[in-house]
Amino acid sequence: MIRAGLDPIAQFKIYKLAELKVGKYDLSFTNASFMMLLAVALIGLWMFFGTRKHELVPGRAQSFVEVTYEFVAGLVRSSAGADGLKFFPFVFSLFVFILFANMLGMIPIFFTTTSHIIVTFALAMMVMALVVGYGVFKHGFKFLKVFVPSGIPMAILPFVTLLEIISFLSRPISLSVRLWANMLAGHILLKLFAGFCIMMVTGFGLFPGVIGAIIPFGLTFALIPLEFLVAFVQAYVFALLTSVYLSDALHPGHH
Amino acid sequence: MEAEAAKYIGAGIACLGMAGAGIGLGHIFGNYLAGALRNPSAAQGQFANLIFGFAVTEALGIFSFAVALILMFVV
Repeated sequence: MIRAGLDPIAQFKIYKLAELKVGKYDLSFTNASFMMLLAVALIGLWMFFGTRKHELVPGRAQSFVEVTYEFVAGLVRSSAGADGLKFFPFVFSLFVFILFANMLGMIPIFFTTTSHIIVTFALAMMVMALVVGYGVFKHGFKFLKVFVPSGIPMAILPFVTLLEIISFLSRPISLSVRLWANMLAGHILLKLFAGFCIMMVTGFGLFPGVIGAIIPFGLTFALIPLEFLVAFVQAYVFALLTSVYLSDALHPGHH
Repeated sequence: MEAEAAKYIGAGIACLGMAGAGIGLGHIFGNYLAGALRNPSAAQGQFANLIFGFAVTEALGIFSFAVALILMFVV
């Protein structure tokens, strides 16, 4: 039996900080909402203090903002083309929000918002709604060309079209599940190894237990930088895939 | 067999799907490294493609992980 304190799932528990009910809907302010607000507030402060002075030779805060800006702009430009830059504010907001939510989750006892499928699924559906909405608005009926790649022999075209439709429909699922499962798995793993240390000491007593706890402790230590890397890479991947999907909406039929 | 036991065996089997994702990721990074060592100047430009391939391949391994989690905690 796993005791309550060592339960690796307990860290994902959502509890209410302030009760709020509108009709039959429960709109309570939870720890998840608090962490999202905290992420947005930190981003706002970071951007405000980074861009306040507008120096020609940027200081530390300003160059941090500029590096992030250039990084995302280069990402959008390389995967959606120069006309994809009209979606730059959207992709930048997504990237920075997911990055901050992931990084804040790495702080002990803080809650990871992106470890809940509903949060990442809402983000992914927002992206897909924008892709389909903009594609239909811009190209009308021709947007269906996204399912028919150019330069494919007639014989296998129906098969490829079917595959494209399936792959398009699975995009919101894979986009959301990737981020969610990565954050969930990482945090469970960290908590599991941390729990092993405690189990060693409580199970074998202080003297042999501490020696036995060295291995799981070292693994936890090694996993933390890996989790920071994953937190960054997943934010990058989300932004990259968003701009790849937006490039489909911008020029359907080019693959 | 007890349903509880079958659940855990199923979760273990679902994790075998990660082997395929592991092979795929090894191919992607190995081939990227091989290409990057042959032509280091072109390597930087392909970084986005590398991460894109990584993300698409990794999703499949993550799906098997999600199936295992669902078996463990939801079913």
